Amino acid sequence: MTKPDKTLDRIRDRLTAALKPESIEVVDESGMHVGHAGAIPGKVTHVRVLITAEAFQGKSRLDRHRMVNDLLNHEMSAGLHALAIVPKAPGE
Amino acid sequence: MSIQDFIKNEVTGNDVVLFMKGTPQFPQCGFSGQVVQILDYVGAPYKGINVLDSAELRQGIKDYASWPTIPQLYVKGEFVGGADIVREMFQAGELQSFLAEKGVKVAAKV
Repeated sequence: MTKPDKTLDRIRDRLTAALKPESIEVVDESGMHVGHAGAIPGKVTHVRVLITAEAFQGKSRLDRHRMVNDLLNHEMSAGLHALAIVPKAPGE
Repeated sequence: MSIQDFIKNEVTGNDVVLFMKGTPQFPQCGFSGQVVQILDYVGAPYKGINVLDSAELRQGIKDYASWPTIPQLYVKGEFVGGADIVREMFQAGELQSFLAEKGVKVAAKV
């Protein structure tokens, strides 16, 4: 089922523009959380981001997560409930 | 006492503190539950604080470490990370060494 929700596209565009990733995958996991707190039927509320970018080279785990969090701040305030991040530098 | 003072007291007064949704016995969120399982597995004694008890705390903890999500793990007053980071550290074997470095005694495994 395709969702009219453009959250995934917005997340991908924003991270791609800011971090120039080698690869990026934005996965909607909202369906795995149906009935849980924060889940809103038909809305993208739970997202997993797998991102490989040179920008993460030499950065700590905490720093990498903060870089992504900071870019997606507005999504969190706009109803995104859970954001799982798998940040890697090329070659990791 | 302000909510920020309350949080500071908790994270400096206890070696390991987990701000979570629900309690260690009854986590009410999958991410909080994962961190509980990991801490229990490594045998680290910790204090679980349920942010669902207070809307002020739920927002306050996000402001405290400028971190937008819950759970949040603190060791000796220092913010360690959320569920992703704790899981990555655990899988890499770094969580155990990190706790040891910080002087947190973990229970011996049976």
